[in-house]
Amino acid sequence: MTEPVLSVRNLQVEFASRRGTLRAIDGVSFDIAKGEVLGVVGESGAGKSVTGLAVIGLIDPPGRIAGGEIHLAGLRIDNLPPEEMRRIRGKRIGMIFQDPLTSLNPLYKVGDQIVETIRTHLNLSEQAARRRAIDLLAEVGIPAPEKRIDGYPHEFSGGMRQRVVIALAICAEPELIIADEPTTALDVSVQAQIISLIKRLGRDHGTAVMLVTHDMGVIAETSDRVAVMYAGRVAEIGPVQDVVKNPLHPYARGLMGAIPTLAGDDKRLVQIPGSMPRLSAIPRGCSFNPRCAFAFDRCRVDRPEPLARGTQSVACHLYDTAPAETAA
Amino acid sequence: MLAFTLRRAIQAIGVMIAVGIISFSMFRFAGDPVNQMVGMDTSGAERAAIRKSLGLDDPVIVQFGRYVGNAAQFKFGVSYQFRLPVTNLLMERMPATLELAICATIFAMVSGILMGVYSALRRDSWLAHIFQAVSLIGISLPTFLIGILMIYLFSVTLGWLPSFGRGDVVHIGWWTTGLLTLSGLKALIMPSITLGLFQMTLIMRLVRAEMLEVMRTDYIRFARARGLSTRAIHFGHALRNTLVPVITVAGLQFGSVIAFAIITETVFQWPGMGLLFVQAVQNVDIPIMAAYLMMVSLIFVTINLVVDILYTIVDPRLRSTVSRAH
Repeated sequence: MTEPVLSVRNLQVEFASRRGTLRAIDGVSFDIAKGEVLGVVGESGAGKSVTGLAVIGLIDPPGRIAGGEIHLAGLRIDNLPPEEMRRIRGKRIGMIFQDPLTSLNPLYKVGDQIVETIRTHLNLSEQAARRRAIDLLAEVGIPAPEKRIDGYPHEFSGGMRQRVVIALAICAEPELIIADEPTTALDVSVQAQIISLIKRLGRDHGTAVMLVTHDMGVIAETSDRVAVMYAGRVAEIGPVQDVVKNPLHPYARGLMGAIPTLAGDDKRLVQIPGSMPRLSAIPRGCSFNPRCAFAFDRCRVDRPEPLARGTQSVACHLYDTAPAETAA
Repeated sequence: MLAFTLRRAIQAIGVMIAVGIISFSMFRFAGDPVNQMVGMDTSGAERAAIRKSLGLDDPVIVQFGRYVGNAAQFKFGVSYQFRLPVTNLLMERMPATLELAICATIFAMVSGILMGVYSALRRDSWLAHIFQAVSLIGISLPTFLIGILMIYLFSVTLGWLPSFGRGDVVHIGWWTTGLLTLSGLKALIMPSITLGLFQMTLIMRLVRAEMLEVMRTDYIRFARARGLSTRAIHFGHALRNTLVPVITVAGLQFGSVIAFAIITETVFQWPGMGLLFVQAVQNVDIPIMAAYLMMVSLIFVTINLVVDILYTIVDPRLRSTVSRAH
């Protein structure tokens, strides 16, 4: 097997706060292969966005990467000096943020922002960078790009602005794109266009994509594999069809049960009782145990480690066939 | 854009007419001008003659019309104390005040922006803390006190700088400048700092707050995610966004710099319009007071207009809303 584009091993991210250190990410591991789309799904505060920011090296103080390793095509990047990491950002890792309305600097023409980014990373003349910027705008589906390149961000609609943001993210042909809720702020009709654009770009350029979202529908449509996150950990990870059709982790099952189907069967939507624990009050053992219908003694004491189950990997004691330690 | 400028210009004229009413009414309510002009032993008939020759018998509205008409041609009458046309007196004094105000504003802008940017980017450095402390002093200490303290230190104790006046000036047409002689430049230092200190601290605090605000925005985060250099992010993206409100405040402050120059000019005996005004108040020289009021308002209103137009140049969003609205 070829080396994955992105390999995250046992990542830990901590935030120092007045009431002690909060661990936002606790032992997250996953790989993304070339051309693969990994969907990362979970509730707000599950650590999806923080994981994305950690990969691109934009965790700001008081946050810090407290442990684990991040490798980009074999190169360890989590401990690079800031200046070297800056050269990787935008060039080898592109990022798309949630809100296209605020992602662009309102005082600069979109073309200037693209040219600036291109010339930061590629050794191109002003004219060549401008031509490339026009090509990029055309590629992300902006009509009349040679005219629109001189427009200001406020002259673009939300969907068009997100296309500009995507053009900015891919302008140096990155190996990896991190898309943090790229469609959440958009109209439903525009969402589908943006999703298919990201998918097409990933396929055409062989780019690995980490797609962070809380929208299972988006994941099911785009992703090859999906990681379900809960309270800073990966509860389950596997090929998207398998996880959607046959979720193993009780939390993943709850999530899938909460998706309405178009079939119109009168099954009630399942609701997961309770809410995700706050970072300052993560329960002992499995962090999901207070909300889990299947929790038993061990769940309240032992933290479950990921277990391979066919194509999937799940962090749940229910699947631990090894002789259980005697519960306390 | 043109319609916008025109509309603002009409508003400005409205403001000037209102100021004209106030300055005109000063003549009517600050005592009888004839009494100010004549001696104790002037007879009633002579007083009536003067009154008639000055047009003070005409209806108020006619007098006001004449006043505004004259003011529009920069004719403000004759000073009671100097027996000279007020316009000439003001024009003679204006270069001193404008040079002082411009130097003070440049000092305030340059050091205010530099200190503000520094204390926003290196928030926890000791220098940033010192800037914060200095800005507190600048905001809370009254101008005249700072001026007097500086005179005590640099003129009396150290003897480095002159304690009063403009030094040697060079005449360029009707304009006099102290910028071309060494003594003129030396004389400018302390008054400029005294006058600009308050604006400097204001600008510094504004730049710092705005910069911190801008650094938190999504487009700065996205600029970092695009791998732009720290310099490009700080000075290309963040600073330009910071400067939009700073330009407004600094521009509007220029008017108050000229107005506050009264105090600085008094402390340093700076031969500008402010000093002239203070002397006029002491001598109830109403034509000078009224003309000064009109001049300062004119400067204020003009600056306001320029700032509004500048604003649309810096911020493209305003440009299109402005043109779309008409």
